[in-house]
Amino acid sequence: MHIESVSRMVVGHIGKQVLFVIALSSVIAIGVSEISCAQKVKSITGVGSTFAGPLYQNWAEGAEKEIGVQVNYQPLGSGAGRNQIISKTVSFGALDVPTSVEKLTKNNLVQFPTAIGGIAVVVNIPNIKHHMLRLTGPIIADIYSGKIKKWNDPKITEINKDVVLEDLDIAPIYRADGSGTTQVFTSYLVKESHNWAETYGSNTSIAWPLGIGGRGNGSVASMVKNIKGSIGYVEFAYALQNHLCMVQLKDSAGEYITLTEDSLRAAAKTADWVHSKNFNVDLINIVGENAWPIVSTTYVLVPAYNQNSKGVVKFFRWAFDKGDGIAYTLHYVPLPIFVKEKIEKTWEYAGITPNNS
Amino acid sequence: MVFKKLKCFVKRNVASIVFSGWVWGCGVFVLLIFLELIFELFFQGRRAFFTFGTDFFIRSVWNPVNQEYSARAALIGTLVTSIIGVAVALPLSFGCAYSLTELLPSKISQCLTVAIRLLAAVPSIIFGMWGFFILVPLMSDYVQPFLKTTLGTMPYIGALFSGGTFGVGMLTAGLILAIMITPYTTAVMQDAFANVPALLKESAYSLGATQWEVMRRVVLPRLQKIIIGGIVLGWGRALGETMAVTFVIGNAHHIGWSLFMPSNTIASLIALEFPESASEGLRMSSLMALGAILMLISFIVLFCAQWLLKRAVKN
Repeated sequence: MHIESVSRMVVGHIGKQVLFVIALSSVIAIGVSEISCAQKVKSITGVGSTFAGPLYQNWAEGAEKEIGVQVNYQPLGSGAGRNQIISKTVSFGALDVPTSVEKLTKNNLVQFPTAIGGIAVVVNIPNIKHHMLRLTGPIIADIYSGKIKKWNDPKITEINKDVVLEDLDIAPIYRADGSGTTQVFTSYLVKESHNWAETYGSNTSIAWPLGIGGRGNGSVASMVKNIKGSIGYVEFAYALQNHLCMVQLKDSAGEYITLTEDSLRAAAKTADWVHSKNFNVDLINIVGENAWPIVSTTYVLVPAYNQNSKGVVKFFRWAFDKGDGIAYTLHYVPLPIFVKEKIEKTWEYAGITPNNS
Repeated sequence: MVFKKLKCFVKRNVASIVFSGWVWGCGVFVLLIFLELIFELFFQGRRAFFTFGTDFFIRSVWNPVNQEYSARAALIGTLVTSIIGVAVALPLSFGCAYSLTELLPSKISQCLTVAIRLLAAVPSIIFGMWGFFILVPLMSDYVQPFLKTTLGTMPYIGALFSGGTFGVGMLTAGLILAIMITPYTTAVMQDAFANVPALLKESAYSLGATQWEVMRRVVLPRLQKIIIGGIVLGWGRALGETMAVTFVIGNAHHIGWSLFMPSNTIASLIALEFPESASEGLRMSSLMALGAILMLISFIVLFCAQWLLKRAVKN
């Protein structure tokens, strides 16, 4: 996984350098008239969320072909995205968690969402198949805090009467690197378990009392695959790609929900986008029919009233218009139409709508 | 006249002056980088040192939510894994080096030497992936259950082999490190063995000494220090190893007796936490402080290695 993405990055990078050299030499050869032409191909850089990495990189490919916007996106993590957009070393920063209003105004930044993703709870138990096991938030909190140590604990067997669970040690697996995924997952545990909220809280990385850490979604996925009796949390796309065994979760109405694109879309639609400030909506444990409880929105931050931001907006406007298909194939859920319309207004308000050129 | 002499002097010496200036410059440059590195790590880490004081070394908490950080868990993890690595690599590389120089036919030994040197050129991430996909399942299915039922039931040392057999942990990380440093220690030992005068060994054999006796009484006494030096050199490398360890150590801030438990090393912790740490933050400062500690340890270890090797050469 890592190697692949790294090599893709490297190849992309080299490709761009070659392009640049070619462009440069042609400028020198043909003369001044070429310079204005070369400037028209807009190049923007972004850094941030690993979760949104595949989406932005695929959108970038499409956008370069169709509207000539060159996007160089580096998935270095939400923290890096925040640091670099505040110091304005990149055109946009990508984060998996919303930024507070104070921070946005202080650094003169505009925030808008780009896509929605779900976090799957995955397990590796012999004889347990897809969506067979049912779990609740408090049980997961108990597993990760070490109160439930075996898969045949009465608390688990009570709600799983139709499956046979053997006497097997539980190996909780978490993200060892700081990540938005952990932030969203622990926010869910905070909401579900009072005990968790008091002892551990939520953050991009927390003080896990036990368990094994993996680096990145890919590593957590392969650890769950490798270790018998393990439980972990990964982005939906990684669970599908690695054919991991997902579990059903109890929602706030007491129903057991399976994670599918439909249950993600249901959560996205139910959210109160209209009244939210800066699109800061809470999609965790949302009340709605068939809505998956651990859902995250991925955001983009751009500086307001900035010439560079117009290129970024041009790119994302194209993505909202034409990129839904790409998002679906990569197992992200595109934003509902009324949210996209609201984002368009936000751009206008922040003075970063590109001129029609 | 004087002018002509001066011109001649400059003409003759210009290359030499330029050359010595360039060489001096390079040396000073490297030294400056080294000093700047140490200064920078301590300077950036000063906030962590001031905030936590001695707690930084005594406590084992790493809690980004409450902004509490400490070095002990990672420090112990670093030392334990590298010591396991050295302990396993020592007999392994001694055996390799001895058989290659003394016992095997020269054609086979040449091929094997190349193979071992190639092992040193394998990037560490490859070892990490190999460890994760091959070694971890092997450990969890066979090695760890076996150790748990045999050594794990003994008094005192039983605690070292207790707990869940999930495959990842300090023992696995130590084994990966052992494989990674074996080529280095083997190379040092091979050179050492080759330097023992053939006359001495042959006279011992002609007096009826066995292979064991030759090794024990003739070869080893001459080479003790050089072997220790080589091992410490390998240890220095094991201390700073990052990627391969990250894959198999389990990345957890725990301190426990069991070698099966997931733990952390300084290098792997820095690599993991760096991207999500806000610059100027306390977490970043703690990572810098950890880097400074790691640098100090490596420095001491490498200094000892050089000292031992030097003394061995003198003798």
